[in-house]
Order: sequence, then structure tokens, then C-alpha cells
Amino acid sequence: MAEKAATRQAYGKTLAEVGELHPEIVVLDADLSKSTMTVDFLKKFPDRFFNMGIAESDMVDTAAGLATCGKIPFASTFAIFGSRAWEQIRNTVCRANLNVNLCFTHAGISVGEDGASAQANEDMAIMRVLPNMRVICPCDSFETAGAVRYMAEHPDGPYYLRLGRAKVVDVLTEDYRFELGKGTALCDGGDVTIIACGSLVQQSMAAAEELAAEGIQARVITMPAIKPIDEDLILAAAAETKGIVTAEEHQVIGGLGSAVAEVLARKHPAPMKFIGMQDTFGESGTPDELFDKYGLSAPHIAEAATDLLG
Amino acid sequence: MTKTRDKQKLADQALRLRRHVVEMVYQAGSGHPGGALGMAEVFVSLYPAGELKIRPEEPKWDDRDRFVLSKGHICPGYYAALAIAGYFSEDLLPTFRKLGSPLQGHPCMLKGTGIDVSSGSLGQGLSVANGMAIAAKLDGKSYRVYVMLGDGEVQEGQVWEAAMSSTHYKLDNVCAILDSNGLQIDGKVSEIMGVAPLAGKWEAFGWNVIEIDGNDFDQIFDAFDRARATKGKPTIIIARTIKGKGVSFMENACEWHGKAPNEEQYRQAMSDLGVHATV
Ligand SMILES: Cc1ncc(C[n+]2csc(CCOP(=O)(O)OP(=O)(O)O)c2C)c(N)n1
Ligand SMILES: [Mg+2]
Repeated sequence: MAEKAATRQAYGKTLAEVGELHPEIVVLDADLSKSTMTVDFLKKFPDRFFNMGIAESDMVDTAAGLATCGKIPFASTFAIFGSRAWEQIRNTVCRANLNVNLCFTHAGISVGEDGASAQANEDMAIMRVLPNMRVICPCDSFETAGAVRYMAEHPDGPYYLRLGRAKVVDVLTEDYRFELGKGTALCDGGDVTIIACGSLVQQSMAAAEELAAEGIQARVITMPAIKPIDEDLILAAAAETKGIVTAEEHQVIGGLGSAVAEVLARKHPAPMKFIGMQDTFGESGTPDELFDKYGLSAPHIAEAATDLLG
Repeated sequence: MTKTRDKQKLADQALRLRRHVVEMVYQAGSGHPGGALGMAEVFVSLYPAGELKIRPEEPKWDDRDRFVLSKGHICPGYYAALAIAGYFSEDLLPTFRKLGSPLQGHPCMLKGTGIDVSSGSLGQGLSVANGMAIAAKLDGKSYRVYVMLGDGEVQEGQVWEAAMSSTHYKLDNVCAILDSNGLQIDGKVSEIMGVAPLAGKWEAFGWNVIEIDGNDFDQIFDAFDRARATKGKPTIIIARTIKGKGVSFMENACEWHGKAPNEEQYRQAMSDLGVHATV
């Protein structure tokens, strides 16, 4: 059985590691450091950690100011609360292409019991639309650690790193190397492709097993970077399999599914199904219950793949 | 830059800056003359008169003082100040707001020379200035960060988030200048959404507050000196100014917030500023 950890945990751990290598790294949080896990950095580098209080807009723009002076800021809060600073992110961070690393946790419906007010299912859409912004939604500890190291080593503009609250199984391995704009095929089927990000990668792997039992060979791709997205991997999947299911813990409008559809519509139209929040808000419940109720769990993904094959 | 305190020279530069503002907005057919005219003395003090420790020939000098124009709409005055200080030629000013110009409708650090950060959306500049000031402290550098705010702008909640941060982190290298001209777009600040008592609010947030006549050079320089001497907390200079100052029909007139003069008004404005304009 693979390790289980939340991506936010891998984030905190890796941030504390890269902090050692890059003295320019500074970390900001908005009174959620024990949940976003920036506390790991705080413990090691208290002088380079700034708690901005419950003031997300101020936090984002302070990070922008730090970036103009050569610092490498990582700013964290919950995805839903950081989203209120969208216009600050657009106008002050992205318009000037400032190297601000926005690492927001507790994204998606798997936030669970806190309910709809805390479940950011729109963040990838509003970040992806911003010029200069890169959007990354890692599926496990290895993708997360890889992405954080990559961001620390490439301080060349804004990043949005989308992290989860709930524990997920590691699907990648120790030797995984993150590369921006590159997805990974986790299993190589020739019938149908499932492209997923975040926690739904694990669900997609389970769906592939269910499909295999029915004699359907599914290719599962983890796509950590929604922007820039791995066009080659998508186009190869469209050419080599009969259709594509996208799976994300996010509205089907504007996220991973839309990004894949845009590539296909331009270069290789192919049948698609979209697993995600269907233009609706969530509610309180356990992550598993919510995945079931809102159509995000493995059986729903498997069913979408079967439907696609007709 | 070396500091200029020559009264005649300062007055000449303020006049020159005001003429540029009117010319730029007239040539562009749009823009914000009112606030820019009101801040002429402060802009001159900061840039050509040398309050800011800068090297116009080396705009990205690491140890330079930073300036954040949080009220980005008054950039005609900012651009004119940068040009007079020598960042770029004054001949560039008439390209303001034109396609391909580095002098964008609101400041853009990727296009314009000498601009430390982009702005245009109100309420954000003090947060940015705090980030710059924290960076200075982390690096043990002595540069200071100046940020210009509007009295309507402080209606934005984020300004007060940032005001807390500045004092919490004891950013005595931050000097805010609040353009207290009493006007915003829809009318008088006191009638749209009162912000009084301004000094009391900032004092309550832990700031060193200095109130001055923002169109008086002596008071401006004195305030900057006192701000620099204040340790342990940030300083805000509440500068009472006359929006539109220098152009008779624009003074204290709300409608000249963001509008270009027509030909006749342009002639009148320039003649108020001692130039016989030929159009
Ligand atoms: C966030 C935001 N809201 C609205 C505007 C539009 N706007 C531009 S200037 C202005 C009035 C600003 O008033 P004040 O700060 O007093 O500056 P002054 O007009 O005196 O120069 C407004 C509402 C803006 N630029 N940014
Ligand atoms: Mg005003």
C-alpha cells in the first residue's frame, strides 16, 4: 500500500527544505499556517516568515512588493479565501509578471465537513484565465514536492499551486521529476484515456481497475500543470485511444476539462466526458460521501469511460 | 541625486510639471489632470528635487529608494517628474496613453523606465510598499519606500489591512503621502463616504502622522525630514492639496478628475500656467 498524505503536508515539508537552499525564499500566511503547513517553514526560519493576519489581499500585494525586491515569496491560505484577492493577483502580480508563488490549500470539495463556503471549486478557472499565471494541481506528495522545488528554482513569474486538505495515496514514486507542462501516463491503455489532476488521479486509477475487470484498457494520465498543459500527451491520447474523460475536483467549467477540450478543439477533436462539479455548490459531508454524491468517485469515472466507448 | 532647495528652481519645476500634465492629457484626449496638478509640489520634491535616493541613469539600482504610486491614475504628474529628473526625455511625454508608448494610462513597470511597481487599481500600494520595506529590512539595506495614496482611496479596506501590517512589522522605512484634496470621482469625499478624522485613524493604527499644506515646498521637505528621523514606526504625511491647482477652472472642481480639456480649455489652462499656447 502506497503512503497516504495530504498534498499540503508535502508542501510544508518541501518548503522547509527549499528554504535551506534558497535564502531569498520568504513565506507569508493569513492565520492558517498550521493548516496550510507553512508552519514547517516558520519553525525553521522564523525571521523569513510573515503572518499577515486575516488579510488575504494585503498578503498577496505584500508578496508582490517582496518580489520586486528580489525575494521569492510563497504565500498561503485556503484556496477559497485567497480567491478574494483575485484582482490583486491579476493587476499587481500577473500584469507585472512578478514571481509570487501562491500556494493555496484546502481546494476542492474534499475539504468536506466545513461545507460549501470553504470548498473552492472555481479557483483553477479564475487563475488559469490570467496571463502569465502558471497553474499546478499536484496529485500526491511526489508531484507536490517536485512542483515546489521547481517553483523555487524557476523564480520567473507567478505560479498558482493548488493543494488539498484530505490525505491521498501516492501514485508516483521517489524518482519522479517534475517538469512544468508535462503530464505522466500512469498506466498505458489503448481503449480510452482518463486525464485527471489532484485527488481525482487516485479515483481515476481505481476506475481503470474497474474498467480492466470489464476488459476495457484505460490510459490514466496525471496532469499536474493545467497551464501550461501537456499538449503532446493529450494529442497522443486522442490519436491512440477512442476518447477522453477528464476528472477534476473543480467545476467542469474552466478547469482541467476545459483546458483539455481547448487543445482538442484546436488540434484533434475527439469525444470527451467531463467529471467534476456540474455547475453547482457542494455541502457538508465526508470527502468520500461528497465524491459519491457529486459524481467524482471511481465508479462515476468508469461509467463515463464506458459511455464514451458506446 | 543631489538635493535642490532653491526656491525659484523648485517653483519653476512645479510649473513645468503642471504644463506637462495639461499638455499630456490634452494630447491624449483623456487622462486625469486634477490629482496630478494637486500633487505637483510633492512630485517635484520626490524626484527632481532629490528627496528620493535614486540614480536616473541606473533605474534598477538595488539600493535606490522605492516609490509606489498607489493612486495610479495621477500618473501624468509621475511621468513628468520622472522625465524632469532625467529617467527619459521630456519629448516622450506626449506619447502618454498612445499605442506602443511606455507611458501607459496607468503605470506599468514592464514598459516604463523608473517605475518600481505597476498600479492603477486603488487600495493596493501600501501593501506593496510594505513588501518592499520588509525586503529592505531582511537585506539590511537602508533604502526607504514612499507610497502615495488618495483620500478617496483610503475607503478601500485593504489600505487598513496594510496600515496594520506597517506598524506590526515596525516599518519605519515606509513613508506614506496621503493626497488630502477632499475630492473623489462622484463628489466630495465627506459626502460620498466620509473618512474623517484622517489623522486620528492613522494615529490609532500606530502611525506617526504629520499634517501639512501639500502645495508648500518648505512644509513638504520638513515633513520628509521628520519622517526619516522617526524610528520604530511608519510615517504618513497628510498633505492638504488643491485638486487641479494652477489651472483656474480645474481647481477644486470634481469634474476635472479624469477628463481632457478641449482646445479652448487647453489654451486657457496653459495661459493660467503662463504659456501662450499655439494650437
Ligand atoms: C479599486 C478601484 N476602484 C475604483 C477605481 C476608479 N477610480 C479611479 S480614481 C478614483 C477616485 C480616487 O479618489 P482619490 O483617492 O481621492 O484620488 P483623487 O481623485 O483625489 O486623485 C476612482 C474611484 C480604481 N481605479 N480602483
Ligand atoms: Mg481625493
